[in-house]
Amino acid sequence: MAQTIQLKVSRYSPERDTEPYFQTYEVPVKEEWVILDALNYIKDKIDGTLTFRWSCRMGICGSCGYMVNNEPKLGCATFLTQYASGPITIEPLKNFPIVRDLVIEISDFLEKLKKVKPWLIHHGGGGSNEYLQTPDQLEEFRQHSMCINCLLCYAACPISGLDPVFIGPAALALAHRYNKDSRDQGSAERMAVLSHPEGIWGCTFVGECTRVCPKHVDPAGAIQQYKLAGAIDGIKQFLMPWGQRQENR
Amino acid sequence: MSSPTPAQTPSTMPHSATSPSYTEFHPRWYRPKVSTYWWLGKWAYVKFILRELSSVAVAWTVAMILLQVRAVIRGPEAYLRFEHRMSYPWMIALNVIAFAFLLLHSVTWFNLAPKAMAVRVGGKRVPAVLISGPQYLAWIVVSAIVFAIIISRA
Repeated sequence: MAQTIQLKVSRYSPERDTEPYFQTYEVPVKEEWVILDALNYIKDKIDGTLTFRWSCRMGICGSCGYMVNNEPKLGCATFLTQYASGPITIEPLKNFPIVRDLVIEISDFLEKLKKVKPWLIHHGGGGSNEYLQTPDQLEEFRQHSMCINCLLCYAACPISGLDPVFIGPAALALAHRYNKDSRDQGSAERMAVLSHPEGIWGCTFVGECTRVCPKHVDPAGAIQQYKLAGAIDGIKQFLMPWGQRQENR
Repeated sequence: MSSPTPAQTPSTMPHSATSPSYTEFHPRWYRPKVSTYWWLGKWAYVKFILRELSSVAVAWTVAMILLQVRAVIRGPEAYLRFEHRMSYPWMIALNVIAFAFLLLHSVTWFNLAPKAMAVRVGGKRVPAVLISGPQYLAWIVVSAIVFAIIISRA
């Protein structure tokens, strides 16, 4: 195994640069080192100006998403040894504005996330009572609830890059997660917001979001299931417009 | 994405005189542009574009079938003219390409079905092969029947 490896890291300073450029660093290779360790090594020992997001180092916080050799990856879950003798190219996640170096601007995603109402909606009743749920009911949505908002799926989704108003994989998967929750009664509200070309119908099922998801959430599958529900809902509205209006009230 | 406010340093700001690059307000984000040829960068994207293009082949095939039906309705002479047109080398080449796209279209459609249908039996999700499998089987059976009819009448 090589003793060192080259990291070509994308740099961008909003005060100084008009566009990003690559800076090459030589870092030691250790078997247990991930991309994030290498970036922290650069920050601590070589170049303190390098800027990147990170936090938990264990695939929970979703902060350290970067393009590694043009693939969206979590910096904390991608080992240097996977890339043999290198060099490894590290860029900010695609389809987002770049604030500085590897830091992307995510407020647009947070706005989209809010639109899908990712919380339990319950109309009346309940009070302080517990909402009981069987293991089978939990299984209905558990996979889609594992999302850590790391945004790798947005970087992999070409529609997110081409159509900035598209709500995107993670937010739509989260909407589906709450729709499938037996305690939730907000599916009609979400459908009203998401059954349009910026929502579920904007997805053309490229499928890359599912492939790159580090938590196996399967956003592509969730959106296709949501589309099926949307199509059934549309047929119901056509056949029983009066009944549907009552239900949506 | 929300549109960015361009970097600005109003003359009223006290910092502007000392540091022209200082921005009190919105940072100057860099917005990478999506290339027209973005889909050439990865095989998965190329496959996606080919799949989307396959809808043109589907439309072409539907048009051919409708023309064939019209020729059948108009009688033997019209059908012979239709057959003659279909035997042009460029027409055969076009239909071979359309057939390849139809195969791609069908396979991707059958593979999508298990994604869209999360069927659960006894609390467990039905394996994808049990949803796409019967569709492939029906496809093969129908194709075999059509093939047998063509061979028996040849």
